[in-house]
Amino acid sequence: MDILRFITAGSVDDGKSTLIGRLLYDSKSIMIDQLEAIEKQTKNREDGEIDLALLTDGLRAEREQGITIDVAYKYFSTPKRKFIIADAPGHIQYTRNMVTGASNSDLAIILIDARHGVVEQTRRHSIIASLLNIPRVIVAVNKMDLVNFSQDVYHNILIDYAAVAQTLGLKNVTYIPISALNGDNIVEPSTHFSWYDGKPLLQILEEVPIHNDINLTDARFPVQFVIRPQTEALHDYRGYAGKIVSGIYRKGDVVTIQPSGINTSIAAIEVGGVEVVEAFAPQSAVLHLTDDVDVSRGDLITLTDNTPQVSNELEVLLCWMDSKPLQVGSKYQLQINSRLVRAVVKEVQYKVNVNSLLQEEAPEKVQLNDIIKATIKTAAPIPYDSYQNLRVNGGAILIDETSHVTVGACMIQ
Amino acid sequence: MSNYRLNYLDQLESESIHIFREVAGQFERPALLFSGGKDSITLVHLALKAFRPGKFPFPLVHIDTGHNFQEALDYRDALAESIGEKLIVRHVADTIQAKKLTEPKGKFASRNALQTYTLLDTIEEFQFDACIGGARRDEEKARAKERIFSVRDEFGQWNPKLQRPELWNTYNGRIDKGENVRAFPISNWTELDIWNYIRREKIELPSIYFAHEREVLEYEGQLVAVSEFVDLEPTDKISTKRVRYRTVGDMTCTAAVESSASNIDDIISEIIATKTSERGETRIDDKVSEAAMEDRKKNGYF
Repeated sequence: MDILRFITAGSVDDGKSTLIGRLLYDSKSIMIDQLEAIEKQTKNREDGEIDLALLTDGLRAEREQGITIDVAYKYFSTPKRKFIIADAPGHIQYTRNMVTGASNSDLAIILIDARHGVVEQTRRHSIIASLLNIPRVIVAVNKMDLVNFSQDVYHNILIDYAAVAQTLGLKNVTYIPISALNGDNIVEPSTHFSWYDGKPLLQILEEVPIHNDINLTDARFPVQFVIRPQTEALHDYRGYAGKIVSGIYRKGDVVTIQPSGINTSIAAIEVGGVEVVEAFAPQSAVLHLTDDVDVSRGDLITLTDNTPQVSNELEVLLCWMDSKPLQVGSKYQLQINSRLVRAVVKEVQYKVNVNSLLQEEAPEKVQLNDIIKATIKTAAPIPYDSYQNLRVNGGAILIDETSHVTVGACMIQ
Repeated sequence: MSNYRLNYLDQLESESIHIFREVAGQFERPALLFSGGKDSITLVHLALKAFRPGKFPFPLVHIDTGHNFQEALDYRDALAESIGEKLIVRHVADTIQAKKLTEPKGKFASRNALQTYTLLDTIEEFQFDACIGGARRDEEKARAKERIFSVRDEFGQWNPKLQRPELWNTYNGRIDKGENVRAFPISNWTELDIWNYIRREKIELPSIYFAHEREVLEYEGQLVAVSEFVDLEPTDKISTKRVRYRTVGDMTCTAAVESSASNIDDIISEIIATKTSERGETRIDDKVSEAAMEDRKKNGYF
């Protein structure tokens, strides 16, 4: 059994919360007391149907306003897989929340209302999925019950979306017609879709191969913490603790410490306190080095024959996440994995129109939810990979030096 | 382990160890909030994997309400001693006395809310800048929205509308003096994941998690242990039942479930078959209002 992390993109109007509620309900992940709590709240509704959307709105303000404000994480599992859903709001003013939810996702479900087809919001969600490099996309055409389960309607939406996918370079797109409200094609195949020969949604989610998404070629090990017991028995013990974000490390491998460029080799590897001959992503491990070299938190240990780029000038796509506008020339902290350095946004080249992907003139003030192309200069060199090639070593956050808030998400080019 | 694949428990374990090490790497004075429940016991087990053969870079801290199960307290002391780590205990009763707080009234008078005062005082006393807790996002709706690194202001308050975006596996633990971070390494674990992990790792638990005979009071469908902390009335229906605890909190606000599960395998079978959530079945304190947990968290609760 493994774990699939996915994001659902769409608004309340697309039936996103209903879909999640349906997945939880039909996979029997909703308990009686939780159901009773929503039944109590839906009592006043005229149709008497249980509002599955209420399952995902966790904060009082969200229930009162009937909207999703923040990313919520939901869990369910089947005998085949454990699932973690990042439930993010869909409207444009919540772009940063979708970016947040997308950053850890293996898959995105993009919901389309069958009555409306591909709309601006569909494009925006797809653009974010592509910018954040989510490995695969399921396009779920929802509310098929409201278009009489028409194959023509579905087919036309497919043609429209294929054009969007092509422009964005989205790979691994799967299409499925559903009705989340009634549970058609969610867990069981629906008799309403005699013309659909694919699998129901849950089965697709259970079977989609995700293991290949882990990069086992480019070995990257950000050092988080140095373990030095300094006891009599373990006087010389010096272990570099961290998580292998990609690749495989073996005892004896020749490695380079980044950004210093010092070479040494791996003397021993421990996983969970047990010595092993090799360890691989995404394992947390402790590495021991042959030579007594200077290594501390924020350094990156890589194999010598496969090193990242090292630079103090980065070209990034930047999603701005703070209500205070970005100041070109202002200093921020940049954090990439365990490495934290001072940084300055030197130049904004252009703004990405998140509805069309077209480049627009750089705005005077970069506002909340804007996605821009920028150049960032750092006070110390950063070992990095391009985000499109290696997500786990190409994403960085910007932190405001005075408020300490996370203000930007950088996808390094 | 062949084909370089990790199963889901290994993935969860690795993620949690990573979070532990981020706390250790980013903070000067962290602490691990230890309750004696299965989630914080799992936390300790994960911390051993993250930091051994070194010592923990933090003490274990227990906020003792004075209403705890003796079995959980005994377990706590034995565990701290066997792993050789520092344990700090602070008592809600002392805070009540020092601050002239009002003891809650009622049949199941719970000191749950008063814990927050003791916790905040303890944070101040030791100048903790990060408190590691065993909250899971599957427990409750408000928790489903909380970050793994969750910033609390100098009053210990959580502001759900001003949470920092948390991207990839990059945790921003920068704070001002007086603020602190609550860090939740097992955010992505479910109740069942915890039990499966306890089984796999052969982690020992306090005996009250397993079926035992206990004198209980039946109250609105829930079974509450008869103890000196519960006000008994002549009309109360008291009986001896075979029960176990699904969660371990205060004796006044944690309910038992009828069970004959005497080992982990039996417990896992029961949990798979259960139709009620962990908090719904066993926590009397969450039923007060739809937003009970959200309100307590805003005030500085775990």
